Amino acid sequence: MSSTRLRKLKEWWIEKAILLSGIFSVVFVALIFIFLLREGLSLFRGESVFDFLLGKSWYPISDPPRFGILPLILGSLLVTLGAAAIAVPIGLAAALFIAEIAPGRLKEGLKAGIELLAAIPSVVIGFIGMITLGPWIKNLFNIPTGLTALTGSVTLAFMAMPTIVSIAEDAITAVPRQYREAAIAMGATKWQTTWRIVARAARPGMVAAVMLGIGRVIGETMAVMMVTGNAAIIPHSILQPVRTLTATIAAEMGESVQGGAHYAALFAIGIVLFIITFLINGVADLYLHRSRR
Amino acid sequence: MSQRLSQWIAFSLLFLATLVVVLPVVVILAIIVAKGASAISWDFLFSMPRDGMSAGGILPAILGTLYLVLGAVLFAVPLGVAAAVYLVEYSGSNRFSRLVKLAIVNLAGVPSVVYGLFGLGIFVIFFRFGASILSGALTLGIMILPVIITSAREALESVPRHFRTVSLSLGASRWQTIRHSVLPHALPGIMTGMILGLGRAAGETAPILFTVAAFYLPRLPQSIFDQTMALPYHLYVISTQVPGVPENVRYGTALVLLALVLLLNLAAIILRSRFRARKKW
Repeated sequence: MSSTRLRKLKEWWIEKAILLSGIFSVVFVALIFIFLLREGLSLFRGESVFDFLLGKSWYPISDPPRFGILPLILGSLLVTLGAAAIAVPIGLAAALFIAEIAPGRLKEGLKAGIELLAAIPSVVIGFIGMITLGPWIKNLFNIPTGLTALTGSVTLAFMAMPTIVSIAEDAITAVPRQYREAAIAMGATKWQTTWRIVARAARPGMVAAVMLGIGRVIGETMAVMMVTGNAAIIPHSILQPVRTLTATIAAEMGESVQGGAHYAALFAIGIVLFIITFLINGVADLYLHRSRR
Repeated sequence: MSQRLSQWIAFSLLFLATLVVVLPVVVILAIIVAKGASAISWDFLFSMPRDGMSAGGILPAILGTLYLVLGAVLFAVPLGVAAAVYLVEYSGSNRFSRLVKLAIVNLAGVPSVVYGLFGLGIFVIFFRFGASILSGALTLGIMILPVIITSAREALESVPRHFRTVSLSLGASRWQTIRHSVLPHALPGIMTGMILGLGRAAGETAPILFTVAAFYLPRLPQSIFDQTMALPYHLYVISTQVPGVPENVRYGTALVLLALVLLLNLAAIILRSRFRARKKW
């Protein structure tokens, strides 16, 4: 009797611990936001939000310091758009090939290859980009430095592709068989079926794939810091060095004084990044749910 | 243009695109192995760095990464598996479980450098752990939580419904059913997630920048409150911050890091495909 009660008590505790673990994910998201606010909000005692977001100069250690992150936002935007322009068409095409055309064994091999590409640490990709792609771009365009927004875009495109391919491939595979069978029965070729029926039916999932790929690019730090040249100025061309939001935090946190305005400004950039990725992931999640229905 | 020709052109283009995605893996591996293999020696793997990191070995960076990764997994696996058990076995699909799933998606999307800021704010400063292995491992642990939860969920969901029904009908309690009839069958899937988490934590640099990583510390850490060098940060340091490090030392460090991460991921891929193939139900 008492052993049964003991067991019931033990199970009650285990089940509460399991429930608590479920709650923790929500708590962590909240904690991340709270701690970013805690360290970052003090910036806005001396600085308006408007000047911070739209200020054209980022001189954090001059006197007086200037904390305008517009050059950093534009830097991130330029690198991200460039990377998306490369990664989206290639990634979606590869997803169609892997899901619809590649035969069994080749398909498994390609999927493993893409998973491995996704696994390569960003600092290794940055290292390779810096050493091989940088000099190549420098010679190709005959410019003073090969570490430019374009170098960042190409490097980051390869980091976005695995995300885009694997999520889009899932969405394409999830399109019901009957769609394909009906199209083939109507006399459509395999390609017409793939392009006009399957790709169209998988569109919400493809949109989600693209958004998550873009989310990965915006948040990428080490590779982008190593290959974009790190000049916090408003870019006028894709062949200029730029500085992204993420690289600014990583590069300058070590030099800032804890509790100072510069330190708070870097956390405020973190708030901006958190909100951007939160929105992107939220919307992508909505699209994914629509595609599963 | 005939339909067959246009189909042939379209398929060729798609195939080319796929090559563009997959080839970089081969190219990156080839470059790093070709230029880094000559640096690999007993001395390189098992001795301290010397002469401002331009000579000697990378032992403290290798060990530092191992400590961090083990700490992260020790923290994330129990928490992540329990969260997955909650989502699959207990919650059903109520409003709260929808919120938990949304939180997991967002945890997966938070930029790695923001994890670094968070770790600095909460562990280093608020809890006063300082820049230490403990702070770094906890930060990495929260970062890999989504990977662990997602794999564990997939593994639990793949265990057939009737395993649970039978166990419950024999009078087992809910927890006994999970413990003895569900978890053992999900174990390979959970292991896969754990290995993927190890690989992810081993390669990340930004979360450890402000929470643990030491620029140059040619001794081994003595406790979890010590700072330590780590492989990915070491590669960043010797390739951008320190001039005059010989090329083969840089490539050699990249090779060790890449080999560690890719072997872990390969192991996870193989384990998962065997797990999926061997299922008899």
